[in-house]
Amino acid sequence: MKIVVTVKEVAVLDEEFELLEDRPGVEADAIEWDLNEWDNFSVEEALQLREAAGDGEVVVVSVGGEEAEEGLRACLAKGADRAVRIWEDALEGADPLAVARVLAAAVERESADLVLCGVQSSDGVHSATGIALAAHLGLPRVAVIKALDYDAGAGAATVERELEGGLVELLRVRLPALLTIQTGINEPRYATLRAIKQAKEKPLDVVGLGDLGLDAGAVEAAAGSRVRSVSHPDAGEGAEMLDGPPEDVAARIAEIVKDRMSG
Amino acid sequence: MSGVLVIAESRRGELRDVSLELIGAALALKEPAGGRLAVAAIGAGASGHAEALGVQGVDEVLTVDAPTEHFEAHVHSAALEALIEEERPALVLLGHTIDSLGFGPAVAARRGLGFASDVTRLAWDGGPVATRGGYGGKVEVELDFPGSDCVLLMLRAGAFAPAEGSGGAPARAVEAQSEPQTEHLGFRDVETGDVDITKAEFLLSIGRGIEDKDALPQFEQLADRMGATLSVSRPLVDAGWVPNARQVGQSGKTVKPKVYLALGISGAVQHLAGMQTAETIIAVNTDPEAPIFSVAHYGVVADLFDVADELAEQFEG
Repeated sequence: MKIVVTVKEVAVLDEEFELLEDRPGVEADAIEWDLNEWDNFSVEEALQLREAAGDGEVVVVSVGGEEAEEGLRACLAKGADRAVRIWEDALEGADPLAVARVLAAAVERESADLVLCGVQSSDGVHSATGIALAAHLGLPRVAVIKALDYDAGAGAATVERELEGGLVELLRVRLPALLTIQTGINEPRYATLRAIKQAKEKPLDVVGLGDLGLDAGAVEAAAGSRVRSVSHPDAGEGAEMLDGPPEDVAARIAEIVKDRMSG
Repeated sequence: MSGVLVIAESRRGELRDVSLELIGAALALKEPAGGRLAVAAIGAGASGHAEALGVQGVDEVLTVDAPTEHFEAHVHSAALEALIEEERPALVLLGHTIDSLGFGPAVAARRGLGFASDVTRLAWDGGPVATRGGYGGKVEVELDFPGSDCVLLMLRAGAFAPAEGSGGAPARAVEAQSEPQTEHLGFRDVETGDVDITKAEFLLSIGRGIEDKDALPQFEQLADRMGATLSVSRPLVDAGWVPNARQVGQSGKTVKPKVYLALGISGAVQHLAGMQTAETIIAVNTDPEAPIFSVAHYGVVADLFDVADELAEQFEG
């Protein structure tokens, strides 16, 4: 069973960050990088499916600069067999539709039985890349899966789709398919120190747009939007901040709670 | 391409609230977008929603029948494509909801449309301008769509005021050829558990900030002491520490207590959707930029354990 998992190294902003002055964006030194939380679950799901099948391959694919290698190595350490990182400067700031187009070119050549993506990334929160990728690949897809039961004999999976308010839909989809994976679907494993060391020997290919038959123009054409401005959110009325040592703050909270609850 | 096309949503035969919010948002852009507003209902029984959707300002309600009883992402994709062919709209509005996430981005990718999701504000400046969060809601990003003569936007539920009143817009059926690619097996309703957090007037809500399952009893005791009901954010349910009956948020419960005291909850969009209408929100978090402070009435930047210990003292006896 061959499974491709798309992953993303997400940008985590420091508590204090500055906006760029010359163009929309934030200062690079305020950004820390981390593997997207959802991707821990989609990678784990792929590893469990491969283990249940007894053989197969798990390939992780990411669009990202050098910072993405740490996350890809972490996936390899957990048990993924191979990693592909796609990068070129033209991909800087690419929107979900552009990323989906680029991923499609890379995933297509893998002829996977199953493609797993996280429901969303914690920085962009678009929840769009996976389903857009499915459209490019012409694959059946189900978004926001919280349980997956693969029936190898039937070549189909029974999945639970997580709806609003705790409602769940059970449905069946034939493979090959693309599923977007919700957090909590499994318990992601940690890599052993030994596996982390061994992961350094596993293949991590870096490919450019040209290797995928694409160019900067194709990325631009696929993009769905352009960033006009980036700003600090309107604080609204804003919270009244309670300062002081914990005992003073707790006393204020107690006062507010007692006042509101008696009202 | 001109006009606005709204895609309404229903589930198990009921129209969902987001449908009228989409119409409300569309009415504000109808004139600059070309003057026409069409609202479409897709699915078995779509024509039954025509009257409720034909509110004042809507020019026509379009209904697309479906071969499946319930939502099916591929059927909805084909229906939306047929509707876009029929209407040639400048702007298509969908909800940023679980159902629409299953087909909206696919249609945008297939047809090369302008696209943005989780949009919280809309404007018009020669074309649509959409505002959404960035970096997990820490910044606000304004997007435009140069070169796209049709733009598909997915609007956050609850972010736009719903359209009101009746209008009696005419309805018309639109044909779409579609094949379902998934098979609906059934629904499972939320497990109710031993507690109904939607009925509580005072919720003590804890999140990822507690860090360790062993810290849980401390907060159960604190909730008891304060006379509060304990609720949680998603990570604690995902980790299997707390049953989902206590989860606040989009995939959990929507709550509106008198007091919502959030300890160690940064405030992901999906969480805020479930609690932002609480009467009084008090948030304690170590990160001064945590999005929860944008909806809180009172905020404390501090270690939640320091505050929790002192709160226990305050509610002693």
